[in-house]
Amino acid sequence: MNSLVANADERTGRDMGLDNKATSSDSKPYGYPRHRLAVRIMHWVNVLAVIVLLMSGLQIFNVHAALYWGQSSYSGHAPVLQITAMQASDGRPIGVTRVLGYEFQTTGVLGVSTQDGQLTARAFPTWATIPGPQWLAMGRRWHFFFAWVFFVNGALYVAYSVLTRHLNRDLLPTREDWRSIGRSILDHLRLRHPTGEAARHYNVLQKLTYLVVMFALLPLIMLMGLGMSPRLDSVLPGWVDVFGGRQGMRTLHFIIAWAIVLFVLVHVFEVIISGFWNNLRSMITGRYEVRTNPHDSPR
Amino acid sequence: MTVPGSPSRRTFLAAALGSACTALLTGCDALSKTQWFPKLLETGEHLNRTAQRLLTSRKSMAQEFSEADLSPEFRSNGTDYPEDPAYRALAANQFADWALRVDGLVNRPSDFSLARLRGMRSRTQITRHDCVEGWSAIGKWTGVPLSEVLAVVQPQPRARYVVFYCADIMDDGARYYESVDLDDAYHPQTILAYALNGRTLPIANGAPLRVRIERQLGYKMAKYVMRIELVETFKTVADGQGGYWEDRGYEWYAGI
Repeated sequence: MNSLVANADERTGRDMGLDNKATSSDSKPYGYPRHRLAVRIMHWVNVLAVIVLLMSGLQIFNVHAALYWGQSSYSGHAPVLQITAMQASDGRPIGVTRVLGYEFQTTGVLGVSTQDGQLTARAFPTWATIPGPQWLAMGRRWHFFFAWVFFVNGALYVAYSVLTRHLNRDLLPTREDWRSIGRSILDHLRLRHPTGEAARHYNVLQKLTYLVVMFALLPLIMLMGLGMSPRLDSVLPGWVDVFGGRQGMRTLHFIIAWAIVLFVLVHVFEVIISGFWNNLRSMITGRYEVRTNPHDSPR
Repeated sequence: MTVPGSPSRRTFLAAALGSACTALLTGCDALSKTQWFPKLLETGEHLNRTAQRLLTSRKSMAQEFSEADLSPEFRSNGTDYPEDPAYRALAANQFADWALRVDGLVNRPSDFSLARLRGMRSRTQITRHDCVEGWSAIGKWTGVPLSEVLAVVQPQPRARYVVFYCADIMDDGARYYESVDLDDAYHPQTILAYALNGRTLPIANGAPLRVRIERQLGYKMAKYVMRIELVETFKTVADGQGGYWEDRGYEWYAGI
């Protein structure tokens, strides 16, 4: 839940900040402990859980590689997405992906890919699934176990963030943040990043992204997962209709999973271009180095 | 502020990432084949079951639908025509000689012919069938509530599970079977269905009798039911996990 490029564990920042105050106006770099141990541990637990959930999820998806809208898969309507294998006229297998009526040949990756040196019909390739070979029962075990890891870790993170005021102090946008949103968008597009003292806080786009991921995408994907449970659907018969029925929820579960993948890609991109080793170290040892070089500064 | 690494650093990173992925994949596959790791993973499924029981009542009802929601054709999955000669002989005679045997820990072991089952109180329900593979289909089922049959045979206090023995022999030579606890056995929507969409249950969907357990996944809803046994434990049946698929690594409580 706490995937953070992160600029800002303010409290620890302040602890160290006492002797840094004097130097902040010159360009001497200094280090400070940016992420507390608990956040670092929860971040990496989350990395592991998300990877396993995605890959075991694709294993489960592969068994019936089609997505629908509504309660049922057999309603007379075509799937909204389907990954399948067909045979070319010379007998070679070809992978076909159909999305909303559009058809793409995706041989090699989707529909048909190499398994043990042979072209094999399977939706997602072995390198994208846990376990690699088709093994639904084991994929489900991985998925459900890490779903609990993910849920408990996320719940701990939210509790921690509220109790330590990490949420209030570092994540909720301030009035100034809202005013700086236009500039922040431009800075991101120009791949410019705050330096000096400004680098110690999350910028407004970063705050909003984390909030949307943590309080919208992640709870929703869990809810969509629960909605696929026939037992939990009986909590209040019909509640799954709100999200397009059971098959609709399966489709949304899949879409949100890829939205999270997109978030991770952007997150890792930003980590790399805004000082990879510095960022990575701050999420491992906690120490982040603030450099105040006027030539680098976007402001 | 910092520029991404030099080419050599990038190559190193790409290589590191690549080998990390390979290690992850081979590691996960190796772990899946150990004895202990799948056992550890199984705790997730125990938690699932506990959470499902906490969030829903024992008698919570599965959603029911209208005729408009029916799937044009109800998908047949797994066996669609059991090869067992005894079964085929019964099928050839429209199951007129078939009878459901109900025994085990009961006071009055009994046989129920199709005619007898059809004469008992019936329930019709339009429900969604959710397969562990991910698909769903909607069908209209008519049958005898299992509770009615249990009322006739009178289970003994020691009975804790209901085991369904089936006519279909799977590809690996094992016979299909399933089991549920008494909560599900006495659930109002648990029926022994002999009709689908207003017609006699087709063979592809489990004729002459299939069980409907609407709050669990499709593999619990055994087709071609020949015998029902009440037991104290299912550890002694087949490989002891409570069902054909359970013996092959699927969870016994299939609520998700």
